[in-house]
Amino acid sequence: MPTDEKNPPGSGFSRRNFLKTMGAGAAATGLVREVADTAVVEAASDVQGPGEVSITLSINGESKKLSVEPRVTLLDALRNQLDTTGSKKVCDRGTCGACTILVDDEPAYSCSMLAVEAEGRKITTIEGLGTPDQMSAIQSSFVDHDAQQCGFCTPGFIVASTALLNKNPNPSKADVDEALGGNLCRCGTYANMSSAIMDAAKAMKGGA
Amino acid sequence: MAKNAWPAFDRRKLVGTRISRLDGPIKTTGVAKYAYDQNLDGMLYGRFLIAPYAHGNIKSIDVSAAEKMAGVEVVQVIRNAGDEFRYAGDAIAAVAATSEEIAMDALQAIKVEYEILEHIMDDTTTENVTGKARTSEDGDAAAGFAEADVVIEGHYGLAPITHCCLEAHGQVCEFKDGELWVWPSTQNVTGYANGLTKSAGLEANKIHVDCQVMGGGFGSKFGADQWGNVCTELAKAAGKPVKLMLERDQELMTAGARPSAYADVKVGVKKDGSIVAWESSAWGSGGTGGAGRLQMPYVFGGIPNAKVSQSTIRTNRGTQRAWRAPGHPQSALITMSALEDAAAAAGVDALAFYKMNLDKLDVRLPNAESVYTEELDIAAKLMDYKAKAHARGDETAGPIKRGLGISMHTWGGAGHNSNSDVVINPDGSVAVSCATQDLGTGARTALAIVVAETLGLPLEKVQANIGNNSYPPDSASGGSTTIGGISTSSREAATNALNALLAKAAPALGVDADSLEAWEGKIQEIDKPSNNITWEKACALLGSAPVKGSGAKPTADGVPLDNSQVGGCQMADVSVDIETGVITINEMVAVQDIGMIIDLKTAESQVHGALIMGVTYALYEEAIYDPITGKMLNADMEFYRLAGHADVGKLTVHMMQTEEHYSRGVIGLGEPPVISPGAAISNAVANAIGVRVPTLPLTPDKVLAALASGGLA
Repeated sequence: MPTDEKNPPGSGFSRRNFLKTMGAGAAATGLVREVADTAVVEAASDVQGPGEVSITLSINGESKKLSVEPRVTLLDALRNQLDTTGSKKVCDRGTCGACTILVDDEPAYSCSMLAVEAEGRKITTIEGLGTPDQMSAIQSSFVDHDAQQCGFCTPGFIVASTALLNKNPNPSKADVDEALGGNLCRCGTYANMSSAIMDAAKAMKGGA
Repeated sequence: MAKNAWPAFDRRKLVGTRISRLDGPIKTTGVAKYAYDQNLDGMLYGRFLIAPYAHGNIKSIDVSAAEKMAGVEVVQVIRNAGDEFRYAGDAIAAVAATSEEIAMDALQAIKVEYEILEHIMDDTTTENVTGKARTSEDGDAAAGFAEADVVIEGHYGLAPITHCCLEAHGQVCEFKDGELWVWPSTQNVTGYANGLTKSAGLEANKIHVDCQVMGGGFGSKFGADQWGNVCTELAKAAGKPVKLMLERDQELMTAGARPSAYADVKVGVKKDGSIVAWESSAWGSGGTGGAGRLQMPYVFGGIPNAKVSQSTIRTNRGTQRAWRAPGHPQSALITMSALEDAAAAAGVDALAFYKMNLDKLDVRLPNAESVYTEELDIAAKLMDYKAKAHARGDETAGPIKRGLGISMHTWGGAGHNSNSDVVINPDGSVAVSCATQDLGTGARTALAIVVAETLGLPLEKVQANIGNNSYPPDSASGGSTTIGGISTSSREAATNALNALLAKAAPALGVDADSLEAWEGKIQEIDKPSNNITWEKACALLGSAPVKGSGAKPTADGVPLDNSQVGGCQMADVSVDIETGVITINEMVAVQDIGMIIDLKTAESQVHGALIMGVTYALYEEAIYDPITGKMLNADMEFYRLAGHADVGKLTVHMMQTEEHYSRGVIGLGEPPVISPGAAISNAVANAIGVRVPTLPLTPDKVLAALASGGLA
């Protein structure tokens, strides 16, 4: 299908306007996080497509310069340009959580955010949370409890769990269910994951 | 000489204990590189154009505009003018471009004219059955029903579901120096190259396959498939590496499907609950392929008068693939549902009913009657069955009704053919190599455990090399065959390597090699353990030459280290809101006999996972096809629903692991525990609400419809 049919000139439709509308609507209902998104859209408003634009992203504390088309998702930029492949591409539609990252310490789906929107934000990926030799308390608890099988969903769950415990060091089972409700696993590792997170919470308190 | 046999039950150090998987750290930190994660210099991105209709011919296809686009390097037509396609999602053309975005643009620039042909989607009735039914009769069904005090008739079934591996099917490949290097997501490292010889134009010995980790297979990733071959052709044409992983919609439409199964069933029982007659007429669809074979009646194949038939419907859906325990979850759901309906009609408690009919088992498991009796008793205790059980229909007040359900299953699980090499180095380090694969089952870890156990070493001393076809050949991981294969070949390889070392160490200890053993980091005299040298010192005697032992399944002396045939039972405890139709899983109990367990921790994880997959296909999963357009309506992960964290309830797993179980040898575990959950949950729902919800998934609308037809409402 030719692109001009999908997006005829003068139709006024663009992802940017769409996001703005979304933001405005959400602001009216008082959702703080959506208001923050509106600000990002404004900040990125000088980005002109088509064609690549230069952006600088803060990834795991490092400044990374890259050139992307405005339509490139943050997930694709991370994986295809920066080779940070810990964030996985599974549904690519904001459902499964395999691409979960932290944006200014809040969990977010990197498949549902444009790379250009990420300028000026603090991005933390799974690679920024620990290494095999120096795992975070959550990561080593996942290993101890065998909270992964094929492992493809695991980075997303680790990031979401990290966000949970950063905010709530004493989660209940219901808190865990809610915080990880945006992530899916196919092998069926939820049971071990819950105990891994509870144990990690204990370990983190013990260490503090 | 060390013997090629498993250690005595009370002399195990590692085998059967709880050991964390070796690749846990690289998985939890995101360091693990899956096929999807391979990024090579100058790599292109491949994508498929897929059929938007369920059945048709290509009238014309014009790729000229796509070919001219900047960044598009190859456009390959897969179906030319005049070619037919048989399901929506089937590949029409493929492109390779310098970015994913350009590849997407290129697909949109391909102009195709389709001639739409008629399609068949409906498999829920027998209307579309083609070909002859497969029929058989044991005893005299009519006479059996005449003899019965209670006869029930019911309709049962399961919608088609997909594999939905989180890592899509596909590969990355690169031609270099006249040879091909491939990183696929596969369950078959050893056999993968053979599927690429034609597209690569190379013999298999020039195709190098590497798959260290893979994001789920469940029976859907055995071959190189069309995408592997197209990826190879694109790379060849472009002279550059290509990554071609399926998009999620194509993944769900094309790359994995469990056949549907439906049946009309009649069961005859005596007043006391003993089963005297069975009749079932079953059908199902595996899309454009066959629908596989059901086992009717499942497990209870010894029902005296049984008449069964099965037929197939060809639908315009993607072809079925082996889905974890092919045919068994379907057979279990249909059989156990009908049997519990008969028990309820006769007014006999379900647990008592199964136990009194164990004389009608027809399984290859030795001592099956006593195995299942013991397992049912253990499950009942874990579930607190006696306290919770009630007759069909929870009579307590309020909209939340609670119920219990039971199911039983069986599986083979003998080891597949396998080869391993074990090398002992002069510095005391050890490596085991085997071209097997780890689907998330813990195969890599199991291999290291077996070798460390054999050599009397801690696990850290052993490096497990898998996932590369330069290692000794293994087989595809399917049908729960891997653990029996790799544990046998690696045990024999380690034993042979150890014997080479013992021969070197014997003179230093002044005894024959025959009287030595490896134990707790030492080589010692069996009858006089104080006569010993450390493992390191023994290995230093090798000088500069490592020793190697090779092993295989089957073993050189023909003595089996594996076995086959297991039984298991599961119970479900559910609550059903009869106002909304929503089902909540309170608890699942799984009792599983599995022979000798190598790693208890990862074995339990497999059963947990199977229960969760079972909850998912019981309550949520269904590939929904639009009868009008023939398209899959939920080819995404929002509406093709998997269970989430809050959906699975409490999971209780009991592994049978006495010395008697241990002495049977190693048996595979992937399939058996995923067979029963659907049946157990369906039975629990019927027990709760007083009426059968005929087909899985047990969605709220179906629960309400069933209630409207009877039961408690």
